[in-house]
Amino acid sequence: MANRAFKITPVIGAGAGAILLLLALILGPLWALLWRAEGPATLGVADWAAVRFTVLQATLSAGLSVGLAVPVARALARRQFIGRGVLITLLGAPFILPVIVAVMGLLAVFGRGGIISAMLGWIGLPPIHIYGLHGVVLAHVFFNLPLATRLILQGWLMIPSERFRLAASLGIAGRDVGRILERPMLRDVLPGAVMVVFLICLTSFAVALALGGGPKATTVELAIYQAFRFDFDLGRAALLAMVQFGMGAVAAMVMLWVAVPPTMGSGLDRTVERLDAPVAWWDGILLAVISLFLVTPLLMILFDGVPNLFSLPSSVYLAAGRSLGVALMSTLIAVVLALILALMVVRLRRGAVLVESIGYLVLAASPLVIGAGLFIALFPILDPVALALPLTALVNALMSLPFALRTLVPAVRDIEASYGQLADSLSLTGWARMRLVSLPRLRRPLGFSAGLAAALSMGDLGVIALFSDPESATLPLQMYRLMSAYRMDQAAGAAVLLLGMSLMLFWIFDRGGRANADA
Amino acid sequence: MLTLEGLEYTQGDFSLRADFAVPVGARVAVIGPSGGGKSTLLNMIAGILAPTGGRVLWESDDLAGMPPGMRPISILFQDNNLFPHLTVAQNVGLGLRPDLRLTVAQKDQVETVLARVDLAGYGGRKPAALSGGQISRVALARMLLRAKPLLLLDEPFAALGPALRDEMLDLVAELVAETGATLLMVSHNPEDAKRIAQSVVLVSDGVANAPVETGALFADPPAALRDYLG
Repeated sequence: MANRAFKITPVIGAGAGAILLLLALILGPLWALLWRAEGPATLGVADWAAVRFTVLQATLSAGLSVGLAVPVARALARRQFIGRGVLITLLGAPFILPVIVAVMGLLAVFGRGGIISAMLGWIGLPPIHIYGLHGVVLAHVFFNLPLATRLILQGWLMIPSERFRLAASLGIAGRDVGRILERPMLRDVLPGAVMVVFLICLTSFAVALALGGGPKATTVELAIYQAFRFDFDLGRAALLAMVQFGMGAVAAMVMLWVAVPPTMGSGLDRTVERLDAPVAWWDGILLAVISLFLVTPLLMILFDGVPNLFSLPSSVYLAAGRSLGVALMSTLIAVVLALILALMVVRLRRGAVLVESIGYLVLAASPLVIGAGLFIALFPILDPVALALPLTALVNALMSLPFALRTLVPAVRDIEASYGQLADSLSLTGWARMRLVSLPRLRRPLGFSAGLAAALSMGDLGVIALFSDPESATLPLQMYRLMSAYRMDQAAGAAVLLLGMSLMLFWIFDRGGRANADA
Repeated sequence: MLTLEGLEYTQGDFSLRADFAVPVGARVAVIGPSGGGKSTLLNMIAGILAPTGGRVLWESDDLAGMPPGMRPISILFQDNNLFPHLTVAQNVGLGLRPDLRLTVAQKDQVETVLARVDLAGYGGRKPAALSGGQISRVALARMLLRAKPLLLLDEPFAALGPALRDEMLDLVAELVAETGATLLMVSHNPEDAKRIAQSVVLVSDGVANAPVETGALFADPPAALRDYLG
């Protein structure tokens, strides 16, 4: 309540603590890298090439993803067909899909030995070459086209159908409908969508690791990894980290300025009732092509991997166990942090801005920078190998924090609006309010957030690569190693295992939040 | 005695003033056009809304700064009076202890008030399994258990049909008579006021007028009330 006197409650205190922790985790590592660096470092030609490549691939990825998403979203908005719901759900799937699994699937389709190269071979053409800029962009489009489509579809469905009815009653048809109703919506939605994708691609590491590499196709994140792991050049790693952070901060600032549409909204099952709808035959073809693009790589993984699922080396199963542990720990950290922040933010008057800022700060921060910095800061006191998994869990938790916040904050706000006065009038405060009102009513969003955090952590191939020690490899890292060693059958088996575990974790948590939840 | 001393709420174009007293044990209806400030008045008394000026006194205590739950007041809102995820017994039990750590004796008390509102044996159900009238009874049972001397009703029965609403009002009148509590009840229906209120506060044109005896008011309505009644 805006009129309630401001008091330092335990929630505000815990929230302030959480924010300090976040800032320390994001800014501390930069400082640690600088402090440990020996002598002044400079960025070489290769480093600047990495900066240029990072911006170039992020721009291309964002442009292509959003550009393709517009017609796809339009087709989904105006067509009702069997399987539409499935397709929209499928568009949400890449979000929790482990990057390395998707990369492997894309290789099976677009790689040297993939389907497309084989088909080209039949007509006597050389196989396509996936490594490099176009491979990186292809993988980014695979991940972000669905995301962008959902964002834009949301915009389409937010145009009230009465508007379309009014337009039809006034005899406005065809292109004019687009000009009067759709273009203003796109003007609102597109900048946000472009920036979200741009920011995600800016901090891309696993895709660049698997499909990029070499002086021509190295992202800044990959360069940090190489400087840290192969050269142990902390000064250069620190400089690169600052460049990465700077790029992310600029992009995040732009994002605070352009409005970003809600990502996790529901209600996408509606279609826009178009009285003027021309029979656009290309809608169907477009949707079919997009579905093929999204589904084929996954089918290839299943096809290659399932037969090998039960004959994997024990190192893979051990890695799976470690990943599960990391994912669960990471989920716990992410959910607790997000809950504390959400409760605090709803009590603050300008909380919304704070949440957005935290979210984008984390998105802009590089997991590798955080991981490397924490490692540097902690290894004089603690055993680095013992640190690898806990640090990975912590960094993964940070990375899923923005998404958890976006889910929890509206839910907490909703509870306060509906039941805040009742709880106040009954003196339900402090822990009793948390136990009896907030937690039970937050079960669904908590379950969903936990599912996301678990799946994201399960599939993450980022920080752990910095410490890749055979004793502490996670499943994605182990899978990447098998791929690098060209043990493709085993890698495919590991991919199926990883995919299954990620989806299961998401399903179990999300389901747990829904079961027996009262309206 | 409830005393509103130069009580004021102003926000933008909206303003409301109240300056009157209500004796202990009175049953007062608050009527007036919608948007006139009836709920605002109750929310200020309940401590949900901070007044921009003036004071609310109970007996001789200034209630300023006292959180809603600590005031000598029970309030029922238009909706959301029960937590849907808690059982009927838990919802009622909140009236005794906000942390629900009830003793056996307190659980018996919950059963007793549930029986008083004809809901014996309903303790284990969730609100979704109840009818609108039953939900109102649960909220009234909790009010009984809280045993606060001042009851505020912000149209909690508005969504009920006429017969059921009358039944609830009669129950409220009975409970108030038993406990000797003071009642302030918002309504947009003059019949409700005539049914149980001894006096009426008319809220219109930014003023909550001092209570006037119900029969006298409707026998010779002032201009504002005539406009409202049509």
